Order: sequence, then structure tokens, then C-alpha cells
Amino acid sequence: MPTTDPTGRPESDSAEGAEHGQEHRTVVEALADEQPLTGAPALVQTPSQTVGPFFGYALPFPGGAELVPAVHPDAVRLHGIMLDAVGDPVPDALVELWQPDADGRMPHVAGSRRRTLGRFTGFGRVPTEQDGAYEFSTLLPGSTTEGGPRWVLVAVFARGLAHHLFTRAYFVGEGDQAPSDALLERAGDRAATLLARQDGPASYRFDVRLSGEDETVFLDYPGPGA
Amino acid sequence: MSAEQRPVSIPPGEEPQSALSAEIERLHEQYAGRRANHALRDFPPYRSSVLRHPTHELLKVDPEEIERTAPAFGHVDVDPYESDLTIQHSGEPLGSRIIVEGRVLDGDGRPVAGQLVEVWQANASGRYAHKRDQHPAPLDPNFTGVGRTLTGPDGSYRFITVQPGPYPWRNHRNAWRPAHIHFSLFGTAFTQRLVTQMYFPGDPLFALDPIYQSIPDQAARDRLVATYDHDLTVPEWALGYRWDIVLTGSTATWREDEDADH
Repeated sequence: MPTTDPTGRPESDSAEGAEHGQEHRTVVEALADEQPLTGAPALVQTPSQTVGPFFGYALPFPGGAELVPAVHPDAVRLHGIMLDAVGDPVPDALVELWQPDADGRMPHVAGSRRRTLGRFTGFGRVPTEQDGAYEFSTLLPGSTTEGGPRWVLVAVFARGLAHHLFTRAYFVGEGDQAPSDALLERAGDRAATLLARQDGPASYRFDVRLSGEDETVFLDYPGPGA
Repeated sequence: MSAEQRPVSIPPGEEPQSALSAEIERLHEQYAGRRANHALRDFPPYRSSVLRHPTHELLKVDPEEIERTAPAFGHVDVDPYESDLTIQHSGEPLGSRIIVEGRVLDGDGRPVAGQLVEVWQANASGRYAHKRDQHPAPLDPNFTGVGRTLTGPDGSYRFITVQPGPYPWRNHRNAWRPAHIHFSLFGTAFTQRLVTQMYFPGDPLFALDPIYQSIPDQAARDRLVATYDHDLTVPEWALGYRWDIVLTGSTATWREDEDADH
């Protein structure tokens, strides 16, 4: 049985594969001669490929939707539906959530796949349902900056999507204004797609439109050297 | 216009491979001379992409703390036995036993240590143990096709499994996927998150497959193909394949090649 690390820190001493670093023409070597030595990244990233239709028995895990149990006194529901370009639900997508704790600290805690340990790890993963719906039970994220907005990072994977998409969900309480935020400003008249609006007691709604009308603002992060 | 002159309308899913291959070729020509590190989200030969790709340019953003960090996984999350897909049932799975080994590195060549690697695949007959897989090939009661492991301090991973079979799908008429293993990876920043597929060298289906070909750049496609490694092969037991994975930022947009004359 795996042992529980009382410090909650992830173990990184896995023996898996550690003894197999034999000499071969690795990616490092293969690419060394095609990379300019100008401070550009030494290695070129591995391309993405679609998650396909059959991840459902591999990636979801028990408790993936519950960063905290729904009965937790501070639990909030983050939910929505995923739609395609013509407004049809996307029933075979995977949604991942990564967020700070209620105090705005980023967890560095193993145990996402063992929710029974009761740790807040900041990570959740859930497949969409037949009607495109998804739902997490989590904590309202604290701001990672003094007085900053409360938001979570959302990653979307789906059959038909060759490369996953990132977006942010900014929490907006009932009757509140959208927070002041540089990204929301830059998103202009599409900023509303980045808002998870309160739609009931301890419940926030964040729909994802992959394409077309009211398309969600998706994000791109400059890679090293970009 | 006589009946014979009317253009023939081919119902979706019934286009011949030759039509698909021509579409792929045209798109690749459009991107010739440019580099991409990733698959194109808007790649109509992959029919399922048509209604599922953003039409707006992605909004470029400097990553904040949430994006610069990543979930931690440990031995509480992954049982060491989960890296061997051949011992999950009472008997041995059918097919050729293989070893898949490599390293997960960041763009500077640093190992991504202690991170979660997840894999899933079809069995030797090309059938997934998934309820929606309708391919009339046999399920193997001794093979589920799901594995996971944590990378070692040097970023290394190692799976023992069986060679997956190619399988048909309904993208167009007589469409077949080259044999592949799905990989899901985490880096040290969530922006390094990657889901991809590893292929096997010399697959005759590469040229025909709109998913593999959704990456227009041949050098980038090559990075998804494992290398047969005879030193990794274990005598009397299993063939060895090596595949290294490089995680960097999420930048997926086309950029002009620096040398290109534009």
C-alpha cells in the first residue's frame, strides 16, 4: 500500500524508471544541432494530440469533481455546460480545474487521486455529461494578490479538439460588478465569457463555448523564448 | 444538366481516403515554410474538429502564479504497480509485450521530476475497454489498457504494456488510426499541461491519418514517434521503445520561421 506522507508534500523519490537512463539518441541530442544557440529554448516541445473519445475509463477518477466534499461548510459549486459552434452540448469533454485555496495560496499537496485523505490539493478533473454539463465542488478561491480578483484556471480537453484550451473563471457574487482585472479589460466585449456568476446560494455558473457565438475567451501563454 | 453531370454529393463519413488525403495535402501546402509545435485546432480533415475549435485568436497573457504552478502528485496518488499494464488481471494479456520508456523534460532540458504520467490505449486487437468503442474486435479480459506512474528524479518514466492495434473509426470511409498510446502529462507549471499520443515507427497509416497529420510540420510529427531501442529490449521477454517528451509553454500559434522570407 502507498504510504501517506504526513507533511503533505509530494514524494519525488519514485524509483520508477530511475535506473534506466541509458545512452541513446534522445530528444535532447536529436534537436541539439537544429537549435540556434541564442538563448532560445534548448528543446522543442512535444506536439499535442486530441484526447479522443475513449479517455473516460482512464482519466476521470473517484472524487475528481470534489476538491472539497459537497457537504463541506465552505463548499461552493462551480458548474456549467459546454457547447460547440452550433450550440449543441459537448458530451465527451474533460474539464480540469486548478486553483488556490481560500486564502489565495497555491497548494503543493499530493492526494488529488485519493480524496479520502481529505486534503485540499487545488486540482479537480471531471468529464462532461451527456447534456454537456459539468460540476465541481470546491472552495471559493482566495486572491493570490492583495485585493486582486478571485479566479481559477480551467483547462478543456475534448474529442475533436486537437490541442486543449485554457481559460480563467472569475468569480462574481450576486449583484456584484465584474472585478477590475487587466485580462478582463483586454477581453473587451467578450469579457463576460470569463465570469463565473453566482446563480444561487454557494453556486456559480461558468459555461464554456468552444466556438461560434459567445465563444469563450481562451488563453495562450508565451512559451520560454517566445 | 444531365444526371451524369451533376456533382455527386458524398454523405459525411463516406468520403474516400483519396479525398481526405487531398484535403490534408492542400492544408499542409498552406503551412509550408512555417513551423508549428502543435496540432492545428482548425483542421477540417479531422471532421470532429469543425464545430469544436475557437474562431477567435487566443488571448495572449503573461502567466500569473496560478498558471506558473502545477498540482503535485505523490505515491498516495499512484500505486507502483499501475505502470505495468500487463499485471492488472489474473492472466497475461494477448499481444506483443513492450516496454515504453523515456524522460519528461522542460524546454531547457531540465527533468520534470515526481510528476504524474497517465496512459491509455487499445488492446492488441485495436479495441478499447470503453463502453462506447463499437469496433467489432475482441476485448481482452486480461487487458484494460490504463496505466499511470510518477516520473523519477531524472524525469524518467517506464511502462510495460502490449503493442496496441490500429483500429477503424468513422471520420471518412475506411479510416484507420495508426497504433498509438495516449499520454497525459503535467509539468511544473499548469501551462505545460499536455495530452498527446505516442506512435510506433514506420506505421503505414501515418500518411492517411488526419489526427496525426493535423500537425503540418513533419519534424513536429516525428516527435510523436517512439524509437525502437534494442538496448531497451529485454531478451526472451519484451521489445523496447524509447520516447522522450518535452513540455514548454502552451504557445501553439503559428509563427513565421525566422529564416522565412516574408
